[in-house]
Amino acid sequence: MNLRVLYFASMRDQAGVDAEEVATDVGDARGLYAELRARHGFALDPARLRVAVNGAFAAWEQSLRDGDEVVFMPPVSGG
Amino acid sequence: MTDLARFALSALPIDAAALGSALARVHAGACVTFEGWVRDHNAGRAVLRLDYEAYAPLAASEGERILAEASEKFAIAAACCAHRTGALAIGDLAVWVGVSAAHRGAAFEACRFIIDEVKLRVPIWKNEHYVDGESGWLHPDNTPVAR
Repeated sequence: MNLRVLYFASMRDQAGVDAEEVATDVGDARGLYAELRARHGFALDPARLRVAVNGAFAAWEQSLRDGDEVVFMPPVSGG
Repeated sequence: MTDLARFALSALPIDAAALGSALARVHAGACVTFEGWVRDHNAGRAVLRLDYEAYAPLAASEGERILAEASEKFAIAAACCAHRTGALAIGDLAVWVGVSAAHRGAAFEACRFIIDEVKLRVPIWKNEHYVDGESGWLHPDNTPVAR
């Protein structure tokens, strides 16, 4: 399946892009993060991230489907 | 119940006077506002300027959810929050929260609740540019964020 992954803040700097199309066979967000972390060397452990799928907060175990937009969000610092 | 609960991201300067006027209701006797400004230091480092970026669709929906929660928890008339994105200078208005209510107690409490929850939950990130030429994204690390 093909996914669209968006990156923000320090993760965008580490990935070197703000978005990418990813062709993968992983089943869920946890597997996707492990795959992308190996590729980009993300510093943050999953325990410090939250996941969004198609614009809504999601569980790490949520199944991913072809065409999903996935975001791994580092700790926020607005305000 | 609120008849106005609106969260907005803005790439342009926030018009606090206009947002405040929009909170007026004939049954509201109190209005409390909070302004977050860009300051020239953080964690012992001298700050020159900063950038905010947001995951806009989720920031908007989570911001609206916080305003809805405030209207359920507190007896308020209207509530609004605006947060800047993009490049900001020292002294710029970064975030604005306003709440109107029949009485001041609920307005103060709801305003505090909204800014605290926005800082915790809304996907917005700050990149500080320091006087020494370095810069860095702030990812507060005192607690894990996974739920």
